[in-house]
Amino acid sequence: MSAATRSLSRPPAWVLIPALLGATVILLPVTGMMTRLSWAELPALLTSPSSLAALRLSLWTAGTSTVLCLVLGVPLALVLAYARFRGVTVLRSLLLLPLVLPPVVGGLALLYTFGSQGMLSGALEFLGIRVAYTSIAVVLAMAFVSMPFLVISVETAVRGVDPEILEAATVDGAHRTAILRYMVLPLVGPGLVSGAVLAFARSLGEFGATLAFAGNRQGVTRTLPLEIYLQRETDPDAAVALSLLLIAVAILVISIAYGRSQRGG
Amino acid sequence: MKRTIALAAAGGLALTACADNDDEGITVFAAASLHEVFEEIGERYTEETGVEVEFTFAGSSGLVEQLENGAPADVLATADEANMDAAAGSGLVSGDPELFAENYLVIVTPAGNPGQVSGLEDLDDEDLQVVICAEQVPCGAATQRISAAAGVQISPVSEETSVTDVLGRVRNGEADAGLVYATDALQAGDEVETFEIDGAQEDPNLYPIALLESADAPGPGQEFVDFVIGDEQARQILEDAGFTEPR
Repeated sequence: MSAATRSLSRPPAWVLIPALLGATVILLPVTGMMTRLSWAELPALLTSPSSLAALRLSLWTAGTSTVLCLVLGVPLALVLAYARFRGVTVLRSLLLLPLVLPPVVGGLALLYTFGSQGMLSGALEFLGIRVAYTSIAVVLAMAFVSMPFLVISVETAVRGVDPEILEAATVDGAHRTAILRYMVLPLVGPGLVSGAVLAFARSLGEFGATLAFAGNRQGVTRTLPLEIYLQRETDPDAAVALSLLLIAVAILVISIAYGRSQRGG
Repeated sequence: MKRTIALAAAGGLALTACADNDDEGITVFAAASLHEVFEEIGERYTEETGVEVEFTFAGSSGLVEQLENGAPADVLATADEANMDAAAGSGLVSGDPELFAENYLVIVTPAGNPGQVSGLEDLDDEDLQVVICAEQVPCGAATQRISAAAGVQISPVSEETSVTDVLGRVRNGEADAGLVYATDALQAGDEVETFEIDGAQEDPNLYPIALLESADAPGPGQEFVDFVIGDEQARQILEDAGFTEPR
């Protein structure tokens, strides 16, 4: 982008005022919470066994959920981007449902499907798989709410790829898998990374679906948000400290991932 | 219309709407487990006195937190003494809190009792899906006390943040057994089977009620407190719901 087009597309100066207010809406409450932080007790609050267990669980389940979203969500995004069949619009709206559903509704939906009395209880029992009250349930709840973020992000990126480039490659005899591997995926890289980051961040913050579906047990299903909610009952200082930890982890992940995709793209 | 104004006031949107007007009504903050009984007692109280009552129901600690942050209310009723003590410690309470009810823990199982539970000693079975409250909330603290006293090591699959979540998991069959209050068990009716725990009645949760320092209508507020403690209809409503008289 040249300097000339950048100045042409620059918005009028007055947008700065609502823009600042917009930033305030997000940043002010976070600042307000920081004022409640007791710095002296912070190390002790963050290194308690229950805090560490929650952090460890949150990181690995959110990571697993993100991998699951990538493995299943990227193909889904490709299908949606290239689909020509009727009803694809309806399908897309249905797949984006978790974005608009309150997470607790998602949790109930999962419960009535994968719970021990749920729709699939017979099949799961036959296979000897227990989902309820396990970390599998946590990952499922996270993937349910996070998948749409990745799918939207990747689908938008795929639609942005110039079809003529791909056409040319096809004419030259390139295999479809090769085109996907060596052309489409590198071209949608930034969309893929931002989708994965959003999915991870959403997984990390998942609360309602986990609470309603997975259960609440230290080291197994009690992720950071659940631990914060529980600590709030007796120890608000610990809840604030853990909230800060959650914010720090989220900012770290977002800045690393975006930093890398900026350099890469 | 009156109702709308009082609701807005409870939400902190119109703090001055009902100030300086004694017959406008009172606001009562009460523990979530008191929801049904207090709605009913409130109706009786309004019939007797003509004073409207607006309720806010939430977890006891949440209520105290709201009050500490300036929420307007006349009366507070909590599900344990610890939270009332916290409110008193913050200077929110006017006078001494009085106990008006007791609630004790029982075991509930889904109808049909698939886990074949018959008492507390059965709950140490690892294969059984037992759900209890986390020890940070009042029902969880009571669970710890009672299981420790009985020498039973419960191995729960989940420790919920509220007693209603425990009841929910037992009700829909996601858990084989759970520890809830007698009042919760009664409310679930035929959907659950209830088993008494030896010693639980001797170690109940105590429900205190108190007039608040910040009350807009201290007169009617105190009347409501007295009504809950002493009125025969109020006592009957509490008893019917499974609450017992404080000793």
